[in-house]
Amino acid sequence: MSKVTLHGIYDDGDQLKNGAQKIVALGIRVKEVFSPFPIHGIDPVIGVERTRLAICSFIYGVTGASLATLMMWYMMISDWPTEVGGKPNFTYLMNIPAFIPITFESTVLCAAHGMAITFFLRSWILPGVSAKNPDPRTTDDKFLMLLEVDQADLSKVEAVLRETGASEVNRK
Amino acid sequence: MNQTFTFTDKAKRFCYILMGIGIVGLIWGYVSDGNAPEGMAGHYHHNRFWGNMLLNTFFFMGIGLAATFFLALQYAAEAGWATTVKRVIEAVTCYLPVGAGLMLLMLVLGALGVHHIYEWMDQDVYVEGSPVFDEGMLHKHGYLNLPFFFARTLAYVLVWSGFQRIFRKRSLEADLNGDNDHIIHFKNRKSAAIFLVFFGVTSSTSSWDWLMSIDVHWFSTMFGWYTFSGTWIGAIVTITLLVLWLRKNGYLEEVQESTIHDLGKWMFAVSFLWSYLWFMQFMLIWYTNLPEEVSYYFDRLHMYGYRWPMWIMFIINFTFPMIMLMSRDSKRNAGFLTIVGLCILFGHWMDLYVVVMPATVHEYWHIGLTEITIGLGFLGLFLFVVLSNLAKAPLMVKNHPYLDESKHLHT
Repeated sequence: MSKVTLHGIYDDGDQLKNGAQKIVALGIRVKEVFSPFPIHGIDPVIGVERTRLAICSFIYGVTGASLATLMMWYMMISDWPTEVGGKPNFTYLMNIPAFIPITFESTVLCAAHGMAITFFLRSWILPGVSAKNPDPRTTDDKFLMLLEVDQADLSKVEAVLRETGASEVNRK
Repeated sequence: MNQTFTFTDKAKRFCYILMGIGIVGLIWGYVSDGNAPEGMAGHYHHNRFWGNMLLNTFFFMGIGLAATFFLALQYAAEAGWATTVKRVIEAVTCYLPVGAGLMLLMLVLGALGVHHIYEWMDQDVYVEGSPVFDEGMLHKHGYLNLPFFFARTLAYVLVWSGFQRIFRKRSLEADLNGDNDHIIHFKNRKSAAIFLVFFGVTSSTSSWDWLMSIDVHWFSTMFGWYTFSGTWIGAIVTITLLVLWLRKNGYLEEVQESTIHDLGKWMFAVSFLWSYLWFMQFMLIWYTNLPEEVSYYFDRLHMYGYRWPMWIMFIINFTFPMIMLMSRDSKRNAGFLTIVGLCILFGHWMDLYVVVMPATVHEYWHIGLTEITIGLGFLGLFLFVVLSNLAKAPLMVKNHPYLDESKHLHT
């Protein structure tokens, strides 16, 4: 049976959340929601999985800390021991207070940049890429629910959308 | 749903027992501390006992003070997330007048010569030719003299407690007065802004006066923020633990999981703030290596053998919360928060121990019954004041403009 793509357009985020709850209760999956700003509490309703970005961020942070440590150990201790302010430079550990700010900076730098780049790649938001947004008004004041519905359920779903306050229901 | 907290007899008995242990500890601590350690005859004035008194007075007063700051911060920022736990924050602030009063008492006793923690309170140190004359302190006479010192101390104690009373009074007033909630809200915002400005200056100066001046030759520009961040994390942990305890006992059902999560975030963030300030103070002094600054860490790390308390306390206060509270799930888990919170609270007590004790008893430190009993006694007093104030008002505020937002908080 062929699927029909439906756009339910709302004027308000809470109405959309309410509508999504009703639709999910019918056993129909909400494929995606587009909105100008985050709708609090929509994630569990439409079954968005927990982001794994935090795990990436941890890995990038550990990478940053390790790279900084390796760099400073090589420069300041191993290759050319440098005496700064009479501080001991025989081992890394003896001079560690001086290295902590740099380790911290490098951790933050790698975690932040790595996270941003990962996010852009994963969401495919890159220069020259055309927007995946089905309706440009969702960047302004409209809230859009994207559904793929079987022909048989179509009228039922459209009725629910209108009931819960959708200002437009478009078949694509 | 239980809307008002009942201070049960069981809980009261618990507080009384703690206070009883404390009183026995005070007497026993004072008596057992009578014999001067070898080499200190004639210069030893029950310093271990008085050091413990100062430590616990300041530690618990700091929690009340930082809770007042935290409450003012919510008012000034017009924050909605904490409205459902506002009464708990207020109850913790209610210890401030008591704690500040005790602090004042400690300082008056010092000025009367009952204890000798503050070397400079003996004004002869400024008199040339006197046996205790200290040339290195002459330039501090303009700041560390008794009239100016007590004028400052009185100003801190009265203004802080005054603001605390005002916030508490208005909060109770708002419960009765449904129509004027926004008027009270904006009044609170204004007072909070004034308080924050006053607190911004006096949180630093008070820590110089009350804590830094026991290490009388030493100075550090980071010390004020370092002390303040230590009290702040203490307040956040206390509030979080109280909220979790109340929820466990069937109160505060309207507090959202997200509010607990936010409290967990605060615990994580302020632990980092404290660690940052502690480390920056250490690193700058270590790096510049100026004799008059480095003496503080030299005493602690090399001379008097506080190396282990210091590093253990740093691990408890920084590494432990960092690892434990990093993930979202742990910040939403009551058991995790309770364990981490209790550890942090103990860690910050140790932090203050390492600030106070090397300056008062030098190498003759020892964590024994005196420390434990006096600490427990103060804890009993603190809990008694906080819980009885918690029982005096309904646990949920009424008519606060952000109450509804807080009840539907979702992050």
